Amino acid sequence: MSTDSTRKTVLVALGVCLVCSVLVSSAAVGLKGIQDKNRELDKLKNILSAGNISMENADIRRLFHEKIESDLIDLKSGIIISKDKYTDLLNPETFDIKTMAKNPKYYRTLNAGHDIAQIKQIPKNMVVYWVKEQGNIEKIILPIYGKGLWSTMYGFIALDKDLTTVKGFTFYEHGETPGLGGEVDNPGWKKSWVGKKIFNETGKLKIEVIKDKVDPTDTNSMYQVDGLSGATITTRGVNALVRFWLSENGYGPFIERLKSGEMQ
Amino acid sequence: MSKMKKILTTPVFNENPIAFQILGICSALAVTSKLETSIVMSLAVTFVTAFSNLSVSLIRKHIPSSIRIIVEMTIIASLVIIADQIIKAFAYDVSKQLSVYVGLIITNCIIMGRAEAFALKNPPWASFLDGIGNGLGYAVILLTVGFFRELIGSGKLLGFQVLPVYTEGGWYVPNGLFVLPPSAFFLIGLIIWALRTWKPEQVQED
Repeated sequence: MSTDSTRKTVLVALGVCLVCSVLVSSAAVGLKGIQDKNRELDKLKNILSAGNISMENADIRRLFHEKIESDLIDLKSGIIISKDKYTDLLNPETFDIKTMAKNPKYYRTLNAGHDIAQIKQIPKNMVVYWVKEQGNIEKIILPIYGKGLWSTMYGFIALDKDLTTVKGFTFYEHGETPGLGGEVDNPGWKKSWVGKKIFNETGKLKIEVIKDKVDPTDTNSMYQVDGLSGATITTRGVNALVRFWLSENGYGPFIERLKSGEMQ
Repeated sequence: MSKMKKILTTPVFNENPIAFQILGICSALAVTSKLETSIVMSLAVTFVTAFSNLSVSLIRKHIPSSIRIIVEMTIIASLVIIADQIIKAFAYDVSKQLSVYVGLIITNCIIMGRAEAFALKNPPWASFLDGIGNGLGYAVILLTVGFFRELIGSGKLLGFQVLPVYTEGGWYVPNGLFVLPPSAFFLIGLIIWALRTWKPEQVQED
């Protein structure tokens, strides 16, 4: 059979595809366990970094359990769920936003007008993390997510115990363009969130990511964060997801409850 | 044996893929801001060139010329995905920094170039060595550039502070330009200049 005959061409193409696909899928499946573990550890690192906890030379898991406590909350009522009601899925240890947002038992559908973060379904429950020093709550770390340009961006925002000042901000998973939207990972930009105020004196949601640089002389500058240049859609996405999660559709009821004194 | 040795070493200095053939510049600019990313990228590219050359050479007598390029691309793309999965499993932090550039090895001209120019005409073992050699040639440039960019740009090597930075009480003022990709252009230019002064036969007459 000549190498250039149609039959041979088809056979070679099929053969190459078959061998390659077997190799690729066995690599993907075989390494999935280790990759998941890495992703999990990376998430813990991001929670710690949102809480501004130094991780130098520390065992991440141990540090996490030392410094951070977690609770499961009901978003709509803002009530913390008691530990005896935990199940396999509803448990801060195993809680996974993506699994929850896919399971009709655990999500509710957002109506289009409220869905500014473009996530369509929101888990009924979320995990919140507390940073405690000598038994006192210092910071609260809230998971947030929403759509950017290419991907859903998953991250954390840390609030001070005054429930208004931002203490940390980070994304642990996104697929935005490196160098443009990917600059959400830029340490300088993440730092620019620290010290910003979420609400004004009357409790109105004021935080926003603006299109330009923040003018420090502006009276609103304490509520504003610089946009990312060259990444209009990502910037809008970050703005929308932060405002969504801190509004009454997100953590609003929970924050209200904390303010009214259920802090400890 | 000396012929095999020549296949392995020629691409390192005499016909370096980046400095002599000016291939694979894109990733050489993008991933060299730190030494660690340069090392992982070099390993990944060496792995892919070596095994793509080997596989193409093994089936070179059976590849119909009409689908030659597609077959090569399929093999290269599969190897790149495997390399990417391995990096994600064993060097997760680095994989986050390398982001798309591991995937973009698929479009690295060095790999396609070696498959076309060498592996299609030579036996498997020689092709494998040629792949390793070209990977090493790529690595030499990447590591040199990564070394200087990390040292000058942030005063560090492999993440360890080598030059005490002034913000932490030292004397060294980091040169921010070296953190940015354009600095790699200057460095690669200087390397090409040095290499061609050392080996004048590489100078291309126009």
